[in-house]
Amino acid sequence: MVGNPTVAEPIFSHIYSNGLVLVAEPMPWLHSAAFTMLLPAGTAQEPASRGGLSTLTAEMAFRGAGPRNSRQFLQALEALGIEWTQSVGDAHSSYSVACQAEKLPEALELFADLVRRPHLPKEELEAARQTVLQEWRSLEDEPAQKVMVELRRRFYRMPWGRPHQGDREALQCIRHQEIVEFWEQFYRPDGCIIGVAGRVDWEKLVGWIGELFADWPAGAPGEPPQAINPPSVGHLPFDSQQTHLAVVYPTVPYQHEDYFRAWSAVHVLTGGASARLFTEIRERRGLCYAISASYHSLRDCAGVFCYAGTTAERAQQTLEVLLAELNRLSDGILPEELHRLRARVKAALVFQQESSTARSQALAADWYHLGRARTLEEVGRLIQSLSLEEINAYLARSGPKDFSLFTVGPQPLELPDGKPQPTMARVPPLGRGKTSGMADSRVSDQDIAESKPDRSEGD
Amino acid sequence: MEFLQTRLENGLEIIAECNPHAYGEAIGFFVRTGARDETEDLAGVSHFLEHMTFKGTLTRTADELNRAFDDIGAYCNAFTTEENTVYFAAMLPEYQDRTLELLADLVQPALRPEDFQTERLVILEEIRMYEDQPPFGADEKCRALFFGQHPLGRNILGTLESISGMTVEAMRQYWRKRYVPGNITLAAAGRVDFERLVASANRYCGHWEAGSTNRVLAPVHPQQQFQLLEKPSASQQYVIQLAAAPAAEDRRRYAAGLLATILGDDTGSRLFWALVDPGLAETATLTYSEYREIGLFATFLASTPELMPKNFQMLQDIYARAADREPIRSDELQLAKTKLCSHLVLSSERCQNRLFAIGAEWIQRRRYVSVQQEWETIQQVSLEEVQSVLVEFPLAQAATITIGPLNSWPLE
Repeated sequence: MVGNPTVAEPIFSHIYSNGLVLVAEPMPWLHSAAFTMLLPAGTAQEPASRGGLSTLTAEMAFRGAGPRNSRQFLQALEALGIEWTQSVGDAHSSYSVACQAEKLPEALELFADLVRRPHLPKEELEAARQTVLQEWRSLEDEPAQKVMVELRRRFYRMPWGRPHQGDREALQCIRHQEIVEFWEQFYRPDGCIIGVAGRVDWEKLVGWIGELFADWPAGAPGEPPQAINPPSVGHLPFDSQQTHLAVVYPTVPYQHEDYFRAWSAVHVLTGGASARLFTEIRERRGLCYAISASYHSLRDCAGVFCYAGTTAERAQQTLEVLLAELNRLSDGILPEELHRLRARVKAALVFQQESSTARSQALAADWYHLGRARTLEEVGRLIQSLSLEEINAYLARSGPKDFSLFTVGPQPLELPDGKPQPTMARVPPLGRGKTSGMADSRVSDQDIAESKPDRSEGD
Repeated sequence: MEFLQTRLENGLEIIAECNPHAYGEAIGFFVRTGARDETEDLAGVSHFLEHMTFKGTLTRTADELNRAFDDIGAYCNAFTTEENTVYFAAMLPEYQDRTLELLADLVQPALRPEDFQTERLVILEEIRMYEDQPPFGADEKCRALFFGQHPLGRNILGTLESISGMTVEAMRQYWRKRYVPGNITLAAAGRVDFERLVASANRYCGHWEAGSTNRVLAPVHPQQQFQLLEKPSASQQYVIQLAAAPAAEDRRRYAAGLLATILGDDTGSRLFWALVDPGLAETATLTYSEYREIGLFATFLASTPELMPKNFQMLQDIYARAADREPIRSDELQLAKTKLCSHLVLSSERCQNRLFAIGAEWIQRRRYVSVQQEWETIQQVSLEEVQSVLVEFPLAQAATITIGPLNSWPLE
C-alpha cells in the first residue's frame, strides 16, 4: 500500500482466560513482524538477599527448552534468521523479537518453549552463574553506567530500582532450586503481555497464541507496592578521566493525567538539536560531550534521570548549570519550543511506522501501564492538542524539585547549598585488584573500525 | 524501488533509492574524507570539522540551524570514519526541500574562532570519555600498533596534543581542499521526489565552486606485535587483536564477513560456544571491516584477569584449527548466510539504514546494490572462498594488546 501516515491502523487485543494479554497492530506495508513479551519476573520480585536471581533465571532459560538442548535451541533461532534481545528490568523479564513475517509462527513456538518448558539444566548452572558474574564485573568498568545504576537504586524504594546485574554475593550463592522456584512462580500468563506488530493477520495470530499459551496455568503473585525514597546525594570514588554525574527528580508516571505535560518539559530539556541541556551545557559552554535526560516510569512512580560526563575540574560547573536548567523549567516553556516539539513528534511518529520492533515494544509497555494500547494517531492527537498554558501551569505547580545526585569519579562534588556529599565505600571486585570503569562490553565495528556518531540526543 | 542518479555541473553526484511505499525519507552528504586523509599534526581534523559544521554557517548561527531542523521535526546528525564524513537527516518527505537547504548550508561552515575554542573543549571531553570506557583506549593503541606510521593507524578523534594545538586556519584549509563537489555525494533514500531533489540541489549546491581532490593511498605494512598494558584499577581484562582482511575493492569481502560471523558472532559462533556459553569470557567476538586497500579482522575478548591467558590461548587454537584441522562446515556457512541476509532485510525497512548502505557503497565502489542483489551475492559465496580467506589472511598474524589488572603475561 502507498504510505499515508495519517491513516491510523487499528489495534487489536485479546485476553485469554489465564490472564495472558495479546495486543497487536498490523503494519501491512512491512515485510517483518516483531513481538515483545513481558513476563512478570523482574528484579522487584527477587528476595532481598537474592539480587540477580531474575537475570540468572533468564540466562538459564536460554540453555535448552522444549525438545531442544541449549545448542539446538540457539541454532533453531538463528536458522530462522531471528533477531532478538533479552532484558531484565524492574517489573519484567522481556524478550523483543523480530523476523521476516513468514517466520513468526515458528518464532513464537520457540519462545513458548523458552518460557513454558525451559530445562533449567542443573549441569549448566555454574556456566550460567559465571556468565552473569562476568556481566556484573563489566559494570564495575563502566562509570557512566555505574552512576545511573547507583542513582536508580537510591531513588526507588526497595525492591524497586535494583540493577539487573544483581549483587555479587547473591549471585555466588543462588542455588538451582531457587531458580526453579522463581521460574515456577513468575513465568506465568497472568501479568504476561505479548505485543505484536508488523505484517500479521490478527485472526491467525489469536489462534496461534491460543494454541501455544492458552493452557498455561495462571498463578503469578502481584507486584510489590511502588514508591520513591527521599532525596539523597552520594559519591563513589573512581579512577577515571571524567566525573560522571547523575541527577534525578520525581515526576508523574506514564498513566498519570499530567504525563504528557511532564513529558513535554523533558522533551524541551533534551529532545532535538535545540534542546536546552544540549544548548546550554555543550553548545554554549563546551562543558561536556555526553549530556542527556530521560523519562523512566514504573507503574505508580517515575523519575527524570539526567547524566553528564565531564572532566573533574569542570564537573562542579556542569552540575550547577544542569540544576539551573532544571529549575528554570518551572518558569515554563516558550511557544516556539512547543512548536518544535509538535513538529518533532509528528515526524517521530511517522518514523515509528518503519519499525515493527518499536511498535511491538510500545504496545506491550502501553498495556502494562494503561491496561490498553494507544495508536500512533492517538498519541499524536494527545501531544498536538497540548496547550502552552496547560504545560506551563503544570510546571508552575509541579516543576522539577527534590533532586537526588550521585557522582562517580576522582572527587565528590559540592551541592550548590554547600553540603558535601557522603562518600560510599567501594565494593572490591572478585579476585584481585580494585574496581574501575565499562558500557557495552562489545567492541563494535564502530569502536574499533570507525565511526564516532557525534551528537548525543534524547528520544 | 528505483535507483536514480545524476551529476551537477560542478561535479556533485546525486544518487537516490526511491521507494514510493515508504513513509519517511533520509538524505545525506557523503564526503570522501576522514582520518586517513589527515597528516599527523592535523590528526582529528576531519572529526573536529564535522563538529564545527554544527556551530553555524555564514548565514545561520548554531542556534538558528538547530532550531530550523527542529522546526520541521528533522533528525539531523553526522559521523566521521577513517574514510568518510557523513552528514544526514531523516525527515518527513514533505520537508525534502527545506532539509536539503539546511544540510547544504551546514556543510559550508563559518568556522568562527570563538566557536572553535569552545568546541575544542567538547572534543577533548569526547577523547577523555573513551578513555573511561573499556578497553580504555587500547583499541586505538592496537590500531597504531598494527598500522605503524600509516594514517589508518590514527585515532579518528585525534589526540589531546593534536586537538589542543590545532588552528582554525589549518581546519579551513583542510575544508577548502576536501569539501569540493567532486569529492561529495548527495544520497537519498525512502520516499524521494528525485526531480525536485535535483532542482533543490542545483539551487542550494549548484554555486559551490567546482573542484576535485585525490586520496593519497600509502601502502600498508601491517605489524605483528604483542603488548601488555597494565591498568590496575580495571575490573576485567581485555584483549584487542587486529589482523589483515580483504580490502573494500576485494570481492572476497563477503566471504570475510561470513567468516567473521561463523567464528566470532556474538551468539552461536565458534568463539561463543567455546568461551561465552561456558561463562569463561564475558565477550568474545570477531568483526570484519573494510577500507580501501586493506580490511581488518578485529578480535575482542573480555573476561576476568585470572581466566584471560587461558581464554586467549583457546582463541588462538580456534583460529589455528579453523585454518587446517577443523575447516568451516557447510552448515555453519548456511547459518551465517541466514543471519546476514535476515539482518539485511530487517534493517532495510528503515530508510535511514538504506541511506547509509547506498551512500557507503557509492562512495566506496561507485555502484548501486539493491537489497535483492546483496542478498544474492551473499548466498552465492562458496565454502572454498571462505576457507581461502582463512588461508590468505591468517588470523594469527596480528597485532595484539591486552589491558587490565594483569602485570605479567605467561609466555607461550
